[in-house]
Amino acid sequence: MSYLEYTVKSVPSGPRKILFLNWPLIILLCAVASVGLMMLYSVAGGDFSPWAAAQMKRFGLGITAMVIVAMVPIWFWRNVSAVGYGVSLILLILVELIGSIKMGAQRWIDLGFMQLQPSELAKITVVMFIAAYYDWLPARKTSHPLWVAIPVALILLPTFLVLKQPDLGTSILILTAGGAVMFLAGVHWAYFAAVIAAAVGLVTAVFKSRGTAWQLIQDYQFRRIDTFLDPTSDPLGAGYHITQAKIAMGSGGWGGKGFMQGTQSRLNFLPEKHTDFIFNTLAEEFGFIGAFSLLSLYALIIVFCIIAALNMKDRFSSLLTLGIAMTFFLFFAVNMAMVMGMAPVVGVPLPLVSYGGSAMLVLLIGFGLIQSAHIHKPR
Amino acid sequence: MRRKEQEATDLSRRFSRRALFLGGAQMALIAGLGLRMRWMQIEQADEFRLLAEENRINIRLLPPARGQVFDRNGAPVAVNEPSYRITMVREEAGKDVELVLRRLSAIVEIPEEDLADALKEMKSRRGDTPVTVADRVSWDALSRVAVNAPALPGVTPEVGLSRNYPLGADFVHVVGYVGPVSDYDLDKIEDPDRLLLLPRFQIGKVGLEAKLEDDLRGKAGTLRVEVNAAGRVMRELGRVEGQPGTDVQLTVDAGLQGYCEARLGQESAAAVVIDTDTGDIMAIASAPSFDPNLFVRGISVADYKALTDNEYRPLSSKTVQGLYPPGSTFKMVTALAALEEGIIGADETVYCPGHIEVSNRKFHCWKGSGHGNVNLETSLRESCDVYYYDLALKLGIEKLSAMAERLGIGVRFDLPMSAVARGRAPTREWKKGAFGKDWVIGDTVNASIGQGFVAASPLQLAVMTARLATGRAVMPRLVKSIDGVEQPSGRGPELGFNENNLRMIRRAMYAVSNHTRGTAYGSRILDDAFRMAGKTGTSQVRNITEEERRRGVTRNEDLPWNRRDHALFVNFAPYDAPKYAVCVVVEHGGGGSAAAAPIARDITLQALFGGDPPLTAYPEKDRGRIKALQERLKRERPQPSEPDRGRA
Repeated sequence: MSYLEYTVKSVPSGPRKILFLNWPLIILLCAVASVGLMMLYSVAGGDFSPWAAAQMKRFGLGITAMVIVAMVPIWFWRNVSAVGYGVSLILLILVELIGSIKMGAQRWIDLGFMQLQPSELAKITVVMFIAAYYDWLPARKTSHPLWVAIPVALILLPTFLVLKQPDLGTSILILTAGGAVMFLAGVHWAYFAAVIAAAVGLVTAVFKSRGTAWQLIQDYQFRRIDTFLDPTSDPLGAGYHITQAKIAMGSGGWGGKGFMQGTQSRLNFLPEKHTDFIFNTLAEEFGFIGAFSLLSLYALIIVFCIIAALNMKDRFSSLLTLGIAMTFFLFFAVNMAMVMGMAPVVGVPLPLVSYGGSAMLVLLIGFGLIQSAHIHKPR
Repeated sequence: MRRKEQEATDLSRRFSRRALFLGGAQMALIAGLGLRMRWMQIEQADEFRLLAEENRINIRLLPPARGQVFDRNGAPVAVNEPSYRITMVREEAGKDVELVLRRLSAIVEIPEEDLADALKEMKSRRGDTPVTVADRVSWDALSRVAVNAPALPGVTPEVGLSRNYPLGADFVHVVGYVGPVSDYDLDKIEDPDRLLLLPRFQIGKVGLEAKLEDDLRGKAGTLRVEVNAAGRVMRELGRVEGQPGTDVQLTVDAGLQGYCEARLGQESAAAVVIDTDTGDIMAIASAPSFDPNLFVRGISVADYKALTDNEYRPLSSKTVQGLYPPGSTFKMVTALAALEEGIIGADETVYCPGHIEVSNRKFHCWKGSGHGNVNLETSLRESCDVYYYDLALKLGIEKLSAMAERLGIGVRFDLPMSAVARGRAPTREWKKGAFGKDWVIGDTVNASIGQGFVAASPLQLAVMTARLATGRAVMPRLVKSIDGVEQPSGRGPELGFNENNLRMIRRAMYAVSNHTRGTAYGSRILDDAFRMAGKTGTSQVRNITEEERRRGVTRNEDLPWNRRDHALFVNFAPYDAPKYAVCVVVEHGGGGSAAAAPIARDITLQALFGGDPPLTAYPEKDRGRIKALQERLKRERPQPSEPDRGRA
């Protein structure tokens, strides 16, 4: 069913839309953000500055943006998804050309008032555009090789641009979330089986390429993989971070060391304790109970997104909702796996908890789209 | 339309299936994350907790106060003194570190280079590292810094303990000195105390400081601190005080020791005074000496070179390390061995024609014209050599050496001093082993007058004299008590000599320094209560060829210093009731009677009177010189401070 067939009367309009927001989802998001603010307050040694206060403002801004996006009918977003995709692509190319160098990677465009990270934007726009594509594509063409090749190209283009920055974490996110949308749209199983087989082959190739002229990934990425595979091999060098992160996590035990009592984070043994490794501070100070509670909150967000998606009538809305949920899932799953020593350190923040503006803003806009789809579904 | 609807329903179903499949996969992964959390935080928690504690807790050592050394009366010999230094922490000094340093140098005089060095060090080190700006500053300077603290952010006056030797050069050959631990020191120790790894930690380098290091060092205390990842101390968690080192009391009398050092002066010489009853070493002086405090502070290259280049070897403790042919002081050994063996009676005479011939070699008496008929007393009194050649030929070297060892020569006494030498009472086997040559009769002849292979340290000669004076196996004792626990006395068991034989030897020794023809008559003691018995020794360090003898033996004064004879003197006093045994050796000093005996006499009197003796105890011709010496010493050497057993 397409939005054109909606009975416009069945969709809420005006201020009434507020009542039709998916409130449980908003409450869950606020709960997760509160945990983040609490941890930022803790790692600053019991101070709102320099992180917690700034993060609170950004969250306020993000929630406002989310509500604004939610108020706009979902069909509008569907119609501009191609534009959004095009803009992100242009920005990604721009960042190649004029982006300033930071942290050994080209990721930012300095807009003067804020640092824009086009790769963050791409996480949403790619999902949006692929969802719109399948909404437009007649169902019988879904598994036709030609019509499969088009979304694959649409996904791979930004993926490679991001990989080139280089930002392995984000490129994996874009690729996987785009793939997830294709999977949900009903593309034949065989394609995915083939891709997985190819991925295994690629990974082998990447490792084989090491030290040769056609090396496929950067040396620092190889070192991260090495460190991941055996953190103790270089405990004072690259492995130091992950070793200290695991110590922080493990030493929390059942109940943790208490709020602001985490020795690993308070005494700076824990690296990047306010960004990528903030989960370890939580796990250290609140133990298994705290860490598992946060994981449960994230799981609930996913569950509510799935429920919302299953209740949506049009293809774009449901694909978009689950695509964004998948992005969100990848964020926290990759981050947690990484800080628990289950994945290489690829620099993915913990969504809504890690300090940082771009990722939070983009994710909340994404949830705004989910809310819009939720509000504007036919009832 | 129907078909389209059908299609839409199919799509919707497929979406639901795949959404649930994907959701299931996500939940499975989330469960995996949860399991990982459980494993790390519950199963592995103890291990990680331990690692976290190791990270955060740092154990620092608190150096204990080193044990102090006192003389037999409690006068301080080696003590710990507060030493003051000024340190600075860059981080706390604010923006303008140089301004703070300039203000500091306006208050305390600090050399320009030291300031520059400190500034450089502060810039190169981490901001929270204290850097020493000035070391060993005065208390005044320290208090000025403390008063001006508000104007000097980051500057801290610090108090530590440093070793000080108030009596300076007097005790350096006994007590030695401390210095910072070197890699060489660490290599020598199997399992070094972690204290030794502390920067600036000092250990005994030589002498008693080194030998009794384990007693003096004490046990380290510990300070548990919480540190951050940068190693900066966040707070103190607990403190366990260490155990200070134990104090050591010497048997040495600081006053007498000082007198000995002064009396030996700039000669290359050694003097030992032993209590004949207890074996207590009352004085053990080696000259020339040097100030151990120079080493504690870090000696300059020039000063060190001056010490090592000095021909008189000031760094060596000649009393125990120096080995000399005992010369005629060995004659008591030969005489006693012969008497004990019954080879000769006290009144039996030997004719001395000035030399004897043994297996085609001539052995000369020091008196070329000979002594004529001599008995035990006259031979010892006038130091006739031929008499002893004769005894030795009848005795044989084994009995002679056995007697020497019973009297302490060739025996290593276990004193806590550096490189205590064993000396040598030679035997046939020893020569065979050392040189691969057979013992020849001429070796025995040489040994009989303490030449040739015989070698003894001044300490051994003093012990020999004490044993002759008492007939007991007196053992030298340097340490009176450790941590207040009295050490075993050196009063040994009877040696089992025939008392008559000992008496004859003692009487002959008495004649040496009291009979008008005695070789040490010039150095006699006039006070009847304190008459001394002694023996001179003049030991050759060169061979005198037959040709030189024909031309006339070169006089000592005409030889270069290091070719001259060693002058020796041993004595005990009072003769009737021996209290002290003394040995004086003056390296290359010439004749024993002229160079060593007067020193030994002066030291003996000083020991017997426990201070300056009345001038009437000296022969008249010496009184003027003695008076001048006493007055000079009073001026130059203030008496050791009042006994003070308290810790600094």
